[in-house]
Amino acid sequence: MNTDISQQLQEQIQRADKEATPLRIVGGNSKAFYGCTSQLKDAETLSLAEHQGVLSYEPTELVITARAGTPLHVIEKLLADNGQMLPFEPPAYADSATIGGTIACNFSGPRRAYTGAARDFLLGCKLINGRGEILSFGGEVMKNVAGYDVSRLMAGAMGTLGVLLEVSLKVLPVPEMESTQLFQCSSIEALDKLHAWSQTPLPISASSFHQSILRVRLSGADKAVHAAMQTIGGENQADAEHYWQQLKEQQLDFFTDAQPLWRISLASDADIPELTENNCLFEWGGALRWLKSDSDNQSFGDNIQQTAAKFDGHASLFRADDKTSGHQSSRFQPLTPGLLRIHKNLKQAFDPDNILNPGRLYADI
Amino acid sequence: MHTIEKAQSTISDSALIAALNKLLNRESVLSEAEDLAPYECDGLSAYRAVPLVVALPETIEQVQDILALCYQHQVPVVARGAGTGLSGGALPHEQGVLLSLAKFKDIIELNPKQRTAKVQPGVRNLAISQAADKYGLYYAPDPSSQIACTIGGNVAENSGGVHCLKYGLTVHNIQQLKIVTIEGELLTIGGSGLDSPGYDLLALMTGSEGMLGVIVEVTVKLLPKPERAQVLLAAFDDIVKAGEAVGNIIAAGIIPAGLEMMDKLAIKAAEDFVHAGYPLDAEAILLCELDGTEEEVSEHVLRVREVLKDSGATDVRTAKDEAERLNFWAGRKAAFPAVGRISPDYYCMDGTIPRKKLPQVLKIMAELSDEYNLPVANVFHAGDGNLHPLILYDANVPGELERTEEFGGKILELCVEVGGTITGEHGVGMEKINQMCVQFNSLELQQFHAVKAAFDAQGLLNPGKAVPTLHRCAEFGAMHVHKGELPFPELERF
Repeated sequence: MNTDISQQLQEQIQRADKEATPLRIVGGNSKAFYGCTSQLKDAETLSLAEHQGVLSYEPTELVITARAGTPLHVIEKLLADNGQMLPFEPPAYADSATIGGTIACNFSGPRRAYTGAARDFLLGCKLINGRGEILSFGGEVMKNVAGYDVSRLMAGAMGTLGVLLEVSLKVLPVPEMESTQLFQCSSIEALDKLHAWSQTPLPISASSFHQSILRVRLSGADKAVHAAMQTIGGENQADAEHYWQQLKEQQLDFFTDAQPLWRISLASDADIPELTENNCLFEWGGALRWLKSDSDNQSFGDNIQQTAAKFDGHASLFRADDKTSGHQSSRFQPLTPGLLRIHKNLKQAFDPDNILNPGRLYADI
Repeated sequence: MHTIEKAQSTISDSALIAALNKLLNRESVLSEAEDLAPYECDGLSAYRAVPLVVALPETIEQVQDILALCYQHQVPVVARGAGTGLSGGALPHEQGVLLSLAKFKDIIELNPKQRTAKVQPGVRNLAISQAADKYGLYYAPDPSSQIACTIGGNVAENSGGVHCLKYGLTVHNIQQLKIVTIEGELLTIGGSGLDSPGYDLLALMTGSEGMLGVIVEVTVKLLPKPERAQVLLAAFDDIVKAGEAVGNIIAAGIIPAGLEMMDKLAIKAAEDFVHAGYPLDAEAILLCELDGTEEEVSEHVLRVREVLKDSGATDVRTAKDEAERLNFWAGRKAAFPAVGRISPDYYCMDGTIPRKKLPQVLKIMAELSDEYNLPVANVFHAGDGNLHPLILYDANVPGELERTEEFGGKILELCVEVGGTITGEHGVGMEKINQMCVQFNSLELQQFHAVKAAFDAQGLLNPGKAVPTLHRCAEFGAMHVHKGELPFPELERF
């Protein structure tokens, strides 16, 4: 599909700006669970779903540009057909996921700790700000330092600063081979191993630990992966591709019950039991912890966020059903007053009438 | 050629200097002409201005106090690291404070487990890798000034280097910043995790050229040193073939750690200077560095060698040992000074283009070179499309610098025209401010100004740099119509 509806989108935003009515930005609606939508219940929908199409793809330039509503799977298929991939291994969470939504949430998968996040591969974007102006930043080249890095500012802003129309991404070749080794060990041993390996040039591309099992994926040239398997030991996991896919898409048993799920991003060596054992699964060499809790009250959330802050990190309520989630002013770690002020100023700079996804990220922006 | 608007300070020069003297010890406040001279330019020495006063704080609190003082009295502030920048980003403001971070030289903490180094902004780029070496780690971005340039400046400019294709720029290799706002407030951006809540201010600060805040601490990510690095040197009888070879290597699924190209003039200059063993009869050479594990490098060397041969290389050599590998690189790394030996002056450009446009860009550059009667040597981060044409000129020949700048401006506009950018890694600073009007339209420039205002509504931090006023662009546009006549005041000579 190849449809350009930017004019229609622009008109809708201009109208909303004039009337100062909020817009709820939706791509494939695959991430409706994410962030806080309480201010958007009665908001008009701005749908990007039809704004589709790959605008350019040059395998030898390692760059792809696509309209924001292009389904993620369309892009991944096109890249795979050319032996390439999105290096940040984004989760889709549903078939309808779009590339625009992926970038707006800055979602990255198991490979993130080893190759980089969505924002790292974002080279440029075209967007509509809250005044209805169509603007382009960055570009289709690897190195570009002209002007402020507004494109990367859009990654993770969840549409609150601008509606993404097009994104340009750096892509990489698919590794020649991948293999996963598995170890039975305690969480402390797992963290120790991961940290020791991370200081040597091993071709590790993913890691996870849950209930005494550490998994480590190796990627690269055939011989290099085999040599690394010898070096780190462990037993080879069969059907590993399926495992990483399920981890990425949160389809493992760990994720599939209805308990609220916390996402904690912090110093990789944080080794306190509540963030390593039982209800916790970690990946990214220890830098990302998923924590399930049946307790969903405010004080539990505050507690997790304080613990995360102790390790110089942050915690967000990633998934929770609306009626139970008590942590509702925002699902994300509160900002310090100084940073909140900058956030509000930036919101004002891009969306002065507060019409783009208000409250999705924080109550005041 | 620069014009910076007058400041509206509400404090007399002497009162400002007296107030700074209260905040810092006397040796840390410079206001005598002979003390100010070393600060009048950065690595772009064609642009000069003497600051009103230089302040050399040693603590974050002092930086906060200085900025609060300047904020209170509407005094412009220009932050400066080692002053190696090539775009005039640290060019002082004549009525302002030049805030030198030179005394912030401590490596605060090396954390091998988290693979990070927390350092003060005045720490030199290379010093980080040297300190991390004992853990087998290093800091990847390696601008060619890495012996001298400091990490604070690297963050402000989003510096690159020869290994960007594989390892990214500064923005990909930092984790946390402490900055002081113009109001004097200390903010921590980022953390010890791999991401942080809210907007990506880490990315916004990186490459913001001192316009949004003053960087007072940087936590960089470190990488394990590759087990092995090997470099191949390929000669071509046609620079277009060399460009195609780059695409062919990438099409083979290999991402080299470094992929550099030099043209005939650059080869000759470098060879005469450092005797790197470059083939003097080649029209272009490619240097392709592969790194990783033993096995990976061995496998890739074989494949890249085949690709280079299939792409029409007349000769492919693999460094026989570490000494030869370093020698191959020595020629490339010395390319700028080598060109400096064969010409009284040179002017280094920094555009980036989609690589496939290389033949077209080289052809037009050659035509422009004839038109302006100024030779160009080309050094090229070929892997990521970042061009460094060096225009050879003589500043003592009246009018030659002006012609050089006009020629340079044309090259940058050409880069934009083919879908690239006016600056890949050197920054806009003062130098490329007019070309920003070519790359961005007025709505986009206004958005940049709005971003600036979110941090510094009064425009006190590094005024006049990085983002042109719409008024300036209107003038520049008018200048384009009547080309040839540059409406800029007389330039100081060096």
